[in-house]
Amino acid sequence: MTTTETAAATGAHNAELLLQVEGVEKSFPGVKALEDMRLDLRRGEVLGLVGENGAGKSTLMKLLTGIYTREAGDFWLDGQPLQVTSPKEAQEAGLAIIHQELNLVPHLTVAENIWLGREPVTGGFFTQPGAQVQKTRELLSQLGMHIDAKAPVSSLPVAKQQMVEIAKALSFSSTKVLIMDEPTAALNEAEVDQLHELIRRFITPQTGVVYISHRMAELKRIADRITVIRDGHYIDTMPMAETSLDQVISKMVGRSINTEARPEGVRDDRPIVLSVSDLSTKALLQDVAFDLHRGEVLGFAGLMGAGRTEVARAIVGADPVTSADVILNGNRVTISNPAQAAHHGIGYLSEDRKRMGLMLSLPVSHNIAVSSLSERFTRFGFLRNKAIIEAAEAARKLLSIKTPDVNQLVKYLSGGNQQKAIIARWLVKDCDILIFDEPTRGIDVGAKEEIYQLLNKLASQGKSIIMISSELPEILRMSHRVVVMADGRITGILSAAEATQETIMRLATHRDDAVTTKTEKAGI
Amino acid sequence: MSTKTNPPAAVLAVAEKTGGWRERVQQLFALAGLVLIFIVFSIARPQIFPSWSNVTAILFSATVVGLLALGVTLVIITSGIDLSVGTGMTLTAVMAATFIVNWHIPIWLGVIMTLLFGALIGLINGVNVAVFGLPPFIATLAMMLVAQGLALVISNAAPIYFDPENFSAYLWLSTGKLVPGLPNAVLVFALAAVVAFILLNKTLLGRYDISIGSNEEATALSGINTKKWTMIIYAVAGLFTGLAGVMISARLGSAQPSTGAGYELQAIAAVVIGGTSLSGGKGTIVGTVIGALIIAVINNGLQIMSVRQEWQNVILGLVILVVVFIDQFRARQAATT
Ligand SMILES: Nc1ncnc2c1ncn2[C@@H]1O[C@H](COP(=O)(O)OP(=O)(O)OP(=O)(O)O)[C@@H](O)[C@H]1O
Ligand SMILES: [Mg+2]
Repeated sequence: MTTTETAAATGAHNAELLLQVEGVEKSFPGVKALEDMRLDLRRGEVLGLVGENGAGKSTLMKLLTGIYTREAGDFWLDGQPLQVTSPKEAQEAGLAIIHQELNLVPHLTVAENIWLGREPVTGGFFTQPGAQVQKTRELLSQLGMHIDAKAPVSSLPVAKQQMVEIAKALSFSSTKVLIMDEPTAALNEAEVDQLHELIRRFITPQTGVVYISHRMAELKRIADRITVIRDGHYIDTMPMAETSLDQVISKMVGRSINTEARPEGVRDDRPIVLSVSDLSTKALLQDVAFDLHRGEVLGFAGLMGAGRTEVARAIVGADPVTSADVILNGNRVTISNPAQAAHHGIGYLSEDRKRMGLMLSLPVSHNIAVSSLSERFTRFGFLRNKAIIEAAEAARKLLSIKTPDVNQLVKYLSGGNQQKAIIARWLVKDCDILIFDEPTRGIDVGAKEEIYQLLNKLASQGKSIIMISSELPEILRMSHRVVVMADGRITGILSAAEATQETIMRLATHRDDAVTTKTEKAGI
Repeated sequence: MSTKTNPPAAVLAVAEKTGGWRERVQQLFALAGLVLIFIVFSIARPQIFPSWSNVTAILFSATVVGLLALGVTLVIITSGIDLSVGTGMTLTAVMAATFIVNWHIPIWLGVIMTLLFGALIGLINGVNVAVFGLPPFIATLAMMLVAQGLALVISNAAPIYFDPENFSAYLWLSTGKLVPGLPNAVLVFALAAVVAFILLNKTLLGRYDISIGSNEEATALSGINTKKWTMIIYAVAGLFTGLAGVMISARLGSAQPSTGAGYELQAIAAVVIGGTSLSGGKGTIVGTVIGALIIAVINNGLQIMSVRQEWQNVILGLVILVVVFIDQFRARQAATT
């Protein structure tokens, strides 16, 4: 391998490295996103990249793949200076990226999405849908993914969409460096293991992976070394094996975080605020029944496709049901759309931040205030803009949302900060029942703990919270009781004392043959 | 109140600057364009074009397209479209004549009924879009044809005249001069624009309008009855259509059942020139007013220069292209820096 003269001329360049980043700077109006950023990726390694929300991780990756242009600094890929101006060029140079936000075309099928722009054609013009589907099936089965190649992407749950993104990135044969920006935020443990297996298969002495994640335990398993950045600055790189998670965290946030103990005690003595029974939908749910007590955090655990999101959407009237019996504070209610749910004091935070959570083209303040406009921020139908800004400012402080000001468009916030904004939406709204679907998706470890404490405080003030999460530690950390689902049914409801990784996983993997009678469930 | 000093003044100042920054630049461009076109025509025909009587003629003709465009702006912000405003205006004009001339309903009541009839047309569009899930293009295209047909059926395909003897008060609505030198139609347009501005910028309706246009699903999941608000927005557009129907028939002194088609495109053009994005989620009333004025100035100026009607359309089409080009170019610039 010959090193180019231009690269050799720069003292800092090291030809041994697969990917090298030196002195990179990038700023946005009002924000210095990166300053003197550094990164080196060795051949054959998985490099973890961590930092708080808004630290600049995604920005660095977007610079590398030509989405943004850097203001200063150098990149080298495989000994060559890397100078790309578009994701396509980056792809050709050997850099594949899985973005933090899903980038699939919703109306196209899985196969069409994977080969978008590279469709097999005859005569340079006519597409060959058959061949394309065939290739997709081969790819998916090779990767061990059970996804219908012909399904439109919009029909898939977020986790499966994420898998499609991963399959797409792995479908490029010339890829030397694979960049993954929070690839597992939407995945549960089993799927994470599957992804890690794929990464291990991808790694050769010629390739490398940059793996961005807020899940420390995961990094411990997959990363060889770990780079920490903070506020756009490079902090340190350490071998993963010799580094404790606490060390990483304290470098990352610049202070130590004290974690609270998990809640104890069952809350069965408290009055029931929401009682759901006989909840079924055409597609998936069968006779779902559970009670939610006042002041309780009720965790919902289960594998992808178990039906947890469907339960939430059915309760708030976002999807049609075939049967449902919902008793709210002792009164039977029929809720046929989320507006009615909100009217009854039930708020739902969707797992799909980009598609079902954010109004991307609007300011942070609107995204925070939207649910409460009619009751809190109007007088005689006229908006009280000052009150909106004040409330948004207060929420920004409470959740430390990183943005130059609350009138910034929410699309310019980092992923974790966008998530905080939609959490803020439901905190401002003041609902009695909150259904949070993957609330801490993409949120850094420090902020996560703050949000847990906030939710606990809400519960102790008498709010009731349903928390759907694919992260077992989170379920165990937060829940007073845990509902476990599999295949559209509830397979068990565990008290905090009974809930462990093992008991939950056992119930979550209950297959049809294991669940025999409906009465058995009713007895739980 | 003690909380008065709470929001740091600096924060609010920054908010002012970043919030509508892009939109304001867009409006400045549009305004500059308007002035430029005006100057060009004034130089070309210094005797006729800038005269006060011609300026009022321009304002007058901007009124009808402008009224329609105000409603269309609100609809387009939801990421919808309303193709029914042109023939809808004709139908409401015919209804106004039917109410007032044929049925001898008092003028004030007839006008109110016409406005409500316009709102009903809009409401039906809204129901088709929000409740039955029809694409706005299809729903309003169908309404465009229905309105065109109904206008002919109801009027027996003949103009209905407001004879000046009995209905001078009706004609006064458009041609009278409450303010010396300025036709009432222009006043009505100005007033309607202020109302639309307030609706869009200061009320729930406007905020939900923008929110639905930005992400309808997310807005619905935030607990907003998006179907209800979509229907209301289409109905408001219909209300403006009804007002345009009154204004045009009062100006012409008759309801002309076979005109009106084509106005919807001029209205959409005015909205687009004004910087409202067809993909929804953003838009301004000030821009739309400027857009309507630009169209009126171009039409009038070319007429005075005796350019044939066919060429006027060609030129208007080119203007739309140039405006959208500039806007997209600036958007791309903003996205990559
Ligand atoms: N296009 C943009 N315009 C303005 N500011 C931006 C833009 N993109 C990113 N930023 C800002 O740059 C900073 C870094 O953002 P980045 O998305 O890189 O964070 P991150 O480390 O990926 O965070 P997260 O863990 O939340 O994903 C943030 O303060 C963000 O608000
Ligand atoms: Mg990020």
